[in-house]
This record gives sequence, structure tokens and C-alpha cells, in this order.
Amino acid sequence: MRFGVVVFPGTWSDCDFHYVISEVVRQPVRYVWHRDRDLADLDCVVLPGGFSYGDYLRAGAVAGKSPVVEALGDFVARGGFVLGSCNGFQILCEGGLLPGALMRNECLQYRCQSTSLLVENVDTPFTRGMPPGQVLTMPISHGEGKYYADPETLRTLKARRQVVFRYATADGQVVRAANPNGSVENIAGVVNEGGNVLGLMPHPERAAETAMGGTDGLLLFQSLLGTLVEDGTFLRR
Amino acid sequence: MAGAEPKVTLDLARGLGLTAEEYDRIIQRLGREPSYTELGLFSALWSEHCAYKHSRVFLKRLPTTAPHLIQGPGENAGAVDIGDGWAIVFKMESHNHPSFIEPFQGAATGVGGIVRDIFTMGARPIAILDSLRFGDPADPRTRHLINGVVSGISWYGNCFGCPTVGGEIAFAPEYAGNPLVNVMCVGLVRADRIFRARAEGVGNPVFYVGNKTGRDGIHGATMASATFDEAAEAKRPTVQVGDPFTEKLLLEACLEAMQTGAVVGIQDMGAAGLACCTSEMPARSGTGMDVELSRVPQRETGMTPYEILLSESQERMLLVAARGREDEVRDVFAKWDLDAVEIGRVTKDGMLTVRQRGDVVAEVPVDALAEGPRYEKPTAVPGWLAALHAFDPLTLPEPADPGEALVALCASPTIASKAWAFRQYDQQVGTNTLVLPGSDAAVLRIKGTRRAIAVSTDGNGRQVFLEPRAGAAMAVCEAARNVACSGGRPLGVTDCLNFGSPERPEILWQFAEAIEGIAEACRALEVPVVGGNVSFYNETLGQAVLPTPVIGVVGVLADAGRLATQSFKAPGHRIALLGPDAVSLGGSEYLWALHGRLAGRLAPLDLQVERRVQSAAQAAVAAGLVTAAHDCAEGGLAVALAEAAVSGAAPVGCDVRLAGTARTDLMLFGEGPSRVVVTVEPARAREFEALMAESAIPWRWIGVTGGDRVVIRAGERVVDVAADRIAHAWRSGFERHMA
Repeated sequence: MRFGVVVFPGTWSDCDFHYVISEVVRQPVRYVWHRDRDLADLDCVVLPGGFSYGDYLRAGAVAGKSPVVEALGDFVARGGFVLGSCNGFQILCEGGLLPGALMRNECLQYRCQSTSLLVENVDTPFTRGMPPGQVLTMPISHGEGKYYADPETLRTLKARRQVVFRYATADGQVVRAANPNGSVENIAGVVNEGGNVLGLMPHPERAAETAMGGTDGLLLFQSLLGTLVEDGTFLRR
Repeated sequence: MAGAEPKVTLDLARGLGLTAEEYDRIIQRLGREPSYTELGLFSALWSEHCAYKHSRVFLKRLPTTAPHLIQGPGENAGAVDIGDGWAIVFKMESHNHPSFIEPFQGAATGVGGIVRDIFTMGARPIAILDSLRFGDPADPRTRHLINGVVSGISWYGNCFGCPTVGGEIAFAPEYAGNPLVNVMCVGLVRADRIFRARAEGVGNPVFYVGNKTGRDGIHGATMASATFDEAAEAKRPTVQVGDPFTEKLLLEACLEAMQTGAVVGIQDMGAAGLACCTSEMPARSGTGMDVELSRVPQRETGMTPYEILLSESQERMLLVAARGREDEVRDVFAKWDLDAVEIGRVTKDGMLTVRQRGDVVAEVPVDALAEGPRYEKPTAVPGWLAALHAFDPLTLPEPADPGEALVALCASPTIASKAWAFRQYDQQVGTNTLVLPGSDAAVLRIKGTRRAIAVSTDGNGRQVFLEPRAGAAMAVCEAARNVACSGGRPLGVTDCLNFGSPERPEILWQFAEAIEGIAEACRALEVPVVGGNVSFYNETLGQAVLPTPVIGVVGVLADAGRLATQSFKAPGHRIALLGPDAVSLGGSEYLWALHGRLAGRLAPLDLQVERRVQSAAQAAVAAGLVTAAHDCAEGGLAVALAEAAVSGAAPVGCDVRLAGTARTDLMLFGEGPSRVVVTVEPARAREFEALMAESAIPWRWIGVTGGDRVVIRAGERVVDVAADRIAHAWRSGFERHMA
């Protein structure tokens, strides 16, 4: 599976994703410059964390209108996978590829901490390697991660099982105390209707090696690869 | 424009911070009266901040050589060889004055400035540490400063994309009117790809790259070279404004431009901006520079040569390129949407020639600017010391309940958890951080190798205040000991020396003594000082800060998998105390937090014992023999045990018995150097004992981990407190002021 990691001016998780994909997941990967529109050689495009264009407007607002994000429309339509983490999630929302918006954290401060995520939908290409009810441990690092969608959108999201991750306690309780940023209904990650675009605020690339404190982030990649790797060894179910 | 310039007089020179003697010296050096622009150049470059005129004679005492040293003081930053072809570039700098005037931008640009110093060397910044000192956090004014400084660091570092992995925050009333904001940055570079701030090759083009120049920060260096009075607020315009996004672009563009091979030398436009770069770079290389100011990218109109030269606008560099390869440099910066404008040439005449639309507005020998005056001002032992030394803390009553005293100490803001600050910092970007903030040292892996580095900062102002020489030596030892406890072999030191006005003999004595102490410790531990920064004039209305040399130490671990953290991991591990028994309550956190006193004498420091203890601790960690290692610092052994019990994922209690007949408070809370607590699995105890025997250090088993209480039997009396209670006190001690 060939990965592309997008680099906007101000992106900083690009190298981390590149490292995990090439050194840990051991898949071919290249960087994609924000002005590029040619994604034909790629199976999965990663939008990493950072402060694209400084995020001096709204987080992801400028990047959401960039050439590479415009090109993602066609890429997604033909079934390509897109994984947006942190700033990448913000960009996908701003670019209209995912519903909802990410606002300033309720505490009005940046938050870098470990979080527990309840996997709510294990039938997406990104989560299909996981058992139902699994709780993942992944860190967050953001100042604008409070997910918001209007009630109508929220109803649709839930009806279509597009909510993939919710902030939870270590034993999987979705409660207010486990919500680090004030996201509506503890939502930490959503997919598009087609299921091939995932946005999440946590950082899977920071939870992909034992030395970094955990490997739950790898499950995303392993699920994804399981859908494409011919022998299907990554599929657990 | 020239017609509107003020007439150059001695009064004007004085107003710019120069003395009458210095003004005469300028006239002598030039053989004429300086122009207004030239006077501005001298005033900035001869400021204490740039010229180190009061400190240079003392700084010569610091050891600056070692076999693994690649770059010592005098460049943008220092560098040490960590093996496998890699070098670590690091430096610490202060941004105290700007942070007091405008805490958010002051701290933010403090981060920006030191980060640039690292990547001008060709290194990618991989870690930031902040050493902060404030007054009492119960004071709303101090809380405002803490909030501003922490959010400024968070904003700049997070957006730029370098993890903040460590540092310390301590509190004392002496910092209320003059907080300390010291930032250390660590970068990684191939050992043979280090760039230097040279202007070599006559005829080579000089490029201005990065942000545009505005009127911000003019005379920031001069501002940082004076004490504060009631009018400090009016100096707010001299604080620069940061743009971490542009800094990130500048980082990527500089590293990419360096890879082309077209870059000859590069320097950050920090203090004194363009004036500093255009004189220091040629001065280092025995060349000159001829620059045209009208080509400098400007974001305001009508700026005078004086303003353009002295602006401290952020995120700018001066770059000397190889002649004929200009387009390679331009292309890289264009890719990153940054200005890269050729503003002049390297010349051979040793002069800095500054033109504005062709007219020469300044023409000064670069040596005259770069070589500021040096003073050896008088020093005097402070009269206040004798009475402070005469005080015997053991004349105070013992605490009625030592357990309650321990809980109170753990809740003292200096000792309490700083998670409130650290969770606002990205600690992991780069995915190298193996040990997050909150242990003795931060540990970062070096990808592509088995190695890791350990980094720590330390500096106890109270100890240095009471005994500057021993206290400063202890600061070096403590920072190095923290690195050793994490498994690292200390390789180099950067120092940030924060003192009051050097024009007061007592302050200069503190400084001179502290330098001696640092030098003695560095020699004994065989670690060179690779660079740093002196910050004088940390005074407001005549009240100087505690003399605070902050020491940053970088060490290397041969095996990233063999590291230790401070927390107890599991019940049933044996606890050992390495190091001497000698401790004192003089200058201790206990004496301050529970009795409100700063007095007494420090415990003796034996540098040879210190060295052996560090080696033993490091060897034990590297051999995989210990499950936790923690330095005994503020609060003494009892607090070290309490921190180890509660700072892990889940509390693990302990049961410890201390032999001896000393007073309980001294045994529990007395502070002394060279002491380390480690835990060992029983199955490895004999191996550990053998290693300690080889190390020839004093050590003993003192107890065992386990249970949900912290129990310390000291003589007749017993501390017996629930670990949860200590955890609560420790977690909320600082945060309760901020939340």
C-alpha cells in the first residue's frame, strides 16, 4: 500500500508519520507538497498534525482551500483512503471532506496528554482490525480540538455510524471527565459517509512503538493494510 | 532623513547606555565623532547583553575543552559529539527582561531566539527545556506572569513544532519583580555538517532571509542591560513580537539551503539584529561587509538606517552564500515563501560599510564593534552573609508531626508537580521523547542509532545566595546527576547566569564566585562549558534576584533501552541510598517553606565523591540493574522518596528505615549533594551490591517499596502517610494557584 504524507507550510507531524509508515509499518511512502495535485500513485493520503499556514485564521482554514486538498475530492471519489490527524482533521473539516468543525478547547489552553478512546465503529477500513468495544490509548496535542456539529448533522452522523472514536475512561466509559477538550458527545474522530476518510484529533503516529509508550496507533494502519494486503493477515475477524 | 537625526553628543550617548569613557573610546577608535547611526551600532554592540563587558574576564575561568567537544563558546551554540557520526548542538539563553515587561511575547520570543541559534548551526531542534523562576504564585501579579510566560512558551514551541521536554519552575519572593525565563534548546546534526557564523570569501554575497524588518525590539539589547524602575511598563515597545509559523518556514528553508552546499555561513539576527550580524560575522573571519539597507525587506515605511540596523524583529537570518550559487539559495527560500534578498558583499577591508540608497551612513571597523570594552570591576563580600551563615537551623523546634511536614513540603509550589504547565506544551512531536517531563531528566532517542540523550536543567538560587561558589558547583552537579540517574553520561554544560547589577561589588562577587564554582565542578566531572548567556541587571527598584546560575547538561546513553525514571515501579523492590550522609537544613526548601527563612550553611560538597556517585548511578542504570533512580534535591531524602512514590502511573508506597542519631527533620528534609535513591529487584541485589563495591562510594539499603503508604522510620519517630494523600498534595500544590 503506497502512502503519501502531505506537507503544508507549518506541518510538523509529517516526519513522524513518514517514520512510522516506512520504519514500523514498512510500507512505501513519499511526501506530498501542498501545491501538488497529482495523487495518482497513492493508496492512502495522510494529513498530519501541525499549524498549517500558522493557523492564524482558523485551524486548517487556509489549508482546507489548498491545491492538494482540492485534489483530494477526486482521490476520495475513486476510493482512495485519507487519514487526517490533529491539524489534518481540522483541514478535512475546513475542506468539506468531513462534517463538523473543530473549535478552541473548552479550557482555552493547549492540551498535550494521553487519552483513552472508545472505538465506536469497528466496521470502517481504519478500525476493522479491532475487536468491538476496544479502548485505545493515544496522545492528543492541540489547542483547537473541540469537535462541534449541529444537532441535525450529529443525528445523521450517528445514524450512519460515522462517529468512530469517543474520548472515554481507560475502561471505556464515555463520561464528561474523560473529555479533554469539550468535544460534543466526546467525539474524537469521525469518518465520511463513504467510510474512506477518517479524521481524528489524537496522534496514532505517536502511539506506534513500545518505546514511545504504546502501540495502539498501529492498529489503524494494520486495519487499513488488512483491507488491501492480499493474504489478509492483518484481519483479526 | 539624515537631516532629522539627533546631533551626536555625550548626553545622547549616555542616553543610549554608553559611559563617557566608552564614548571617548569610540571617538578614539574612529578618529572622529560617530554619526548617529554609528553611535547606535556601538550602543547596541557594546551593551552588556552583546559585549559581556562585565563578565568576560570571569568567564575565561570556565573549562571549555574536552575530547568530544566539537564547538565551544563563541558561535551561535555549542556542540558535542555523541557518537555514530551525530552531534548535539545546544545552548541556553535568558529572556528575563522582555518576559517581565510583556510575559507572553517575551517568553515566546525567548523560545524563538534560542531555537534559531540551534538551527543556524545546521541542527534540527529536537527539544526545548524551560527554567523559570517566579515570585509567590499566591500573588495575582505573579500568576499573571506565570500564565503569560507558560502560554507564550506553549504558543511558540507548539506551533513551531519542537517538543518541550523538561526544565523546572521554582518560586521565591526575590523573583517577584524580575522573573527568570531561561530557555534551552537541543538540536541534532551530523557531526560533519555543522555550520558556523562566518563571513568568509571576499566577494561572496550577503543574503537577508526570513521575516521583514519592522520597528519592534529596537534597543532590546540595551534594555536588557539595565535595571527596572517604575517606568518598566513604558519599555513594552522594546519587546519583540514572535511569529512561530515563519520560524518553522525559516527552519525548513535554512536546513534545505544548507544541504545545497551554497551556504558559507549563517547567523541569527537576535540581540542587536542586523547590526550584530554584519559586524560579528566578518569579525570572526577577518573580513568586512558592505551592505545596502534600502534592499532590506521592511514592513514599515520610512525606517531610518538606525532603526533598520537595530531592529530586533524576529525570525530573520543573515546568510553568506557562495558566489555564483545565489539562485540555489533564492530558490529554496522562494519554495518556503520567504524573502531572501542579497543586501551586500563580503569585503576584505575589515570595515562594516552601511549604505542607504548608495550613501554611506556608517563606516566602522568590525573589530571595534565586536570587541567591546572589558571591565574588571571591584567585587566585595556581601555584608549580609555573616549573619545568615551564623544562623543554625537546628535551633528551631522540630516539627510536631514529621508526616504533616512532609505533606506540606510536597505541596510547596517549588516541589509540587508542574503538570499544569507541561500539559500545555507539546512534549512528543518528533516522536523521540522516551522520558516525558516530570522525571530527573528528559530522555530522547536518536533515530537510526541505538543511542539516546538525556537532558536536564538545574539551578537553586537559595543555595547560590548563601554560598555562591558551592551553590553554583552544586547546580552543575545536580544537573549532571539528573542526567546520570536517567542513564546518561554527561557530555557538556550550557549555563545561563542570572544576576543583579554587576556594578554593585556584592553582586559581582556572587557572580565571580559562582563562575569559580561552575568551573571547579565542570573540571571535576570532566564536562566542558560549550556556551551560554549572562543576564545581569535582574533588579527592580534595587531588589536583585537570587543569584541564579541555571545549568543545562546534555548526556548520552549508549543504549536507549537502558534508561531509568524516578518513580517506583512495583512493590517489593529494594531501596538503596547512594552517597554521603552529610546534609544541612541551611538554604533548604524545608527551612523556607515551613519556617520562612533563608539562612545557614550548605552541606559540604566533595566533587570526587560526587563524580563517583554519578558514575555508579549511571553504571547501574546502564547495566539494567535499577528499576528507578531519583536524585535527592529540594526537600531532601523524604521528598525524594515521596516523589518516587507518587509520580508514576499509580502510587507505590515504601517502608524505609534511616539509621543515625541526627534530628529527625535533618535526616528527613536536610539537603546535601551527591545523593541518589535507586530501587533494585531483589533478584538483582547481589549484582548491584558488587557494582557498588567496585564504585567505592558510600551507600546502604534503606528499605523496600510497596503498600499504599509512605513510611519512613527516622530514629524514634515515624513518618506514616497515605501515598494518596501525598499524591494529592503534590499534584495540587502548584496547580491550586493557577486553576
